[in-house]
Amino acid sequence: MITVKDLTKRYARNTAVDHISFDVQKGQIVGFLGPNGAGKTTTMRMLTCFLPPTSGAAIVAGFDVLEQPLEVKKRIGYLPETPPLYPEMETAEYLAFVGRLKGLRGADLSKQVDYVCERCAVADVKNKLLGKLSKGYRQRVGLAQAIIHNPDVLILDEPTAGLDPKQINETRDLIKSLAGDHTIILSTHILPEVEQTCEQVIIINKGKLVATDSVHNLQNRARGAESVLLEIAGRNGDLDRTVVERRLAQVAGVSRAQFKTSHGNRNVFEVESQKGFVRGDLARAVVEAGWDLNELKPAAMSLEEIFLQLTGAEAQSPAPELVGKGAQ
Amino acid sequence: MRNIWIIWRKELNSYFVSPIAYLLLTMFAVIFGFFFWNALGYFVLIGMEEQMRGQAFPMNLNEQVIRPLLSNASVIGLFFIPMITMRLFAEEKRTGTIELLATSPIRDVEIILGKWLAALTLYASMLLFTALNFAFLFKYGNPDWKPLAIGYLGLLLQAGGLLAIGTFISTLTKNQIIAGAATFGVCLLLWVLEWASGYETASWAQVLAYMSVITHFESFAKGVLDSKDAIFYLTVIFLGLFFTTRSMESLRWRS
Repeated sequence: MITVKDLTKRYARNTAVDHISFDVQKGQIVGFLGPNGAGKTTTMRMLTCFLPPTSGAAIVAGFDVLEQPLEVKKRIGYLPETPPLYPEMETAEYLAFVGRLKGLRGADLSKQVDYVCERCAVADVKNKLLGKLSKGYRQRVGLAQAIIHNPDVLILDEPTAGLDPKQINETRDLIKSLAGDHTIILSTHILPEVEQTCEQVIIINKGKLVATDSVHNLQNRARGAESVLLEIAGRNGDLDRTVVERRLAQVAGVSRAQFKTSHGNRNVFEVESQKGFVRGDLARAVVEAGWDLNELKPAAMSLEEIFLQLTGAEAQSPAPELVGKGAQ
Repeated sequence: MRNIWIIWRKELNSYFVSPIAYLLLTMFAVIFGFFFWNALGYFVLIGMEEQMRGQAFPMNLNEQVIRPLLSNASVIGLFFIPMITMRLFAEEKRTGTIELLATSPIRDVEIILGKWLAALTLYASMLLFTALNFAFLFKYGNPDWKPLAIGYLGLLLQAGGLLAIGTFISTLTKNQIIAGAATFGVCLLLWVLEWASGYETASWAQVLAYMSVITHFESFAKGVLDSKDAIFYLTVIFLGLFFTTRSMESLRWRS
């Protein structure tokens, strides 16, 4: 659906985006991840034909952004970082205006306005002035605006920025529910968002592509071994940490068992295993030894750590080999 | 065509849902009404004096009331035009809505024409109030309507040119006040350039005077449709809008 090849944007003094290439398949949700100032917004602006690239090419929905911008624009919905709302308009009026801009008319137009109001849960503010809406509503009207003409590609620039946790969850669910019909690229610097929402991640830093892969693969790749956190309490109060470490290390497959932290009587141990799934054996070992097992959870590496690892260790890194291996 | 219409409607709507349109219409109506009242009072006074002296000096509503009033309207217009154009693009740039327009399947030219036509429409509706005043002349007097129509055409052409310049200036900044002040400065300068020919007859002074928007209005105020002056205004309109398209394009390359 989207093919980007050697896309570059150079300004007078700096290069905002530097030879980025990636592919996005139809119907996918792709997270565009990077610290602030990494070039996410610039890349999205090039994909939406707002900015022309300095060099390289981008094909969106089958059309080149430089050669046939009007055709591209017909097929994309774009939510910029701040929703582009006219404060003096009412919600329904605004959506109708955008719909007309995108080429809808007549019965189609009013049908689509009703549909997106329903879909983005803004029906109850249909006749309110946009300037008076709360941040959450503004964001949702922004989304409604982006999908009004049922575009093939949705480009969302930090769709959850500035929302409260409840609104963030609602917005994420909404985006996920849109995935089937639309191909979605969303940018964010919040990593859990990508973990929760996206299937595919594109990580950029300082204008350069660092990695593109599925979320699952990235997590696995960054850490081959599985690591498990156990919270263990002794029956009668005290617990000899070295004894526990030794016992845990004896479980088949465990390569390392180490005490991590404790809060009063609750001791947390971290266990790494080479061959994958050892959680059952660990639990049995703990219980059989007469301790209480309060909690056992996989300490999967968060994208955050992967991200820091990838962007921080660029020079020596294993990062380049990640590039281009994803997205098959 | 349809896209221009969409933008035109949106712009006009935003003029009329905010106080700006009503403020401009009221101020223009009051100021022009005051000029009208003065011009008419003076006309009546002269008429009475002529009668008392017993001389039948030819009195002419077109020459003595309408012509100076049209010139006044054109100057008052200079002061109002910055207020009409300053928000056109500056506001869209400030709030980021320009991104919506620029990523919609619509050409830059269509956006610009829509906005410019909306500004011209607002100006034309201001002129409607002047027509209200002139209507009294037709009720109680017998002026010729053709010179008046040509005068209105001149006002629209002149305003069209200045509005195009204002539209262009509005694309250069995110700040409405800066756009308004700069447009006002340019309007004022284009008005006073004419004074250069008052004391100087050298060719440079003639060129300066030629560039003044006011000089070209004189023929229209007289009720004479001079193609030379019409072409001058059309050129200003074209150049203003042309620079606006360039400016919008460079916005994309720079921003």
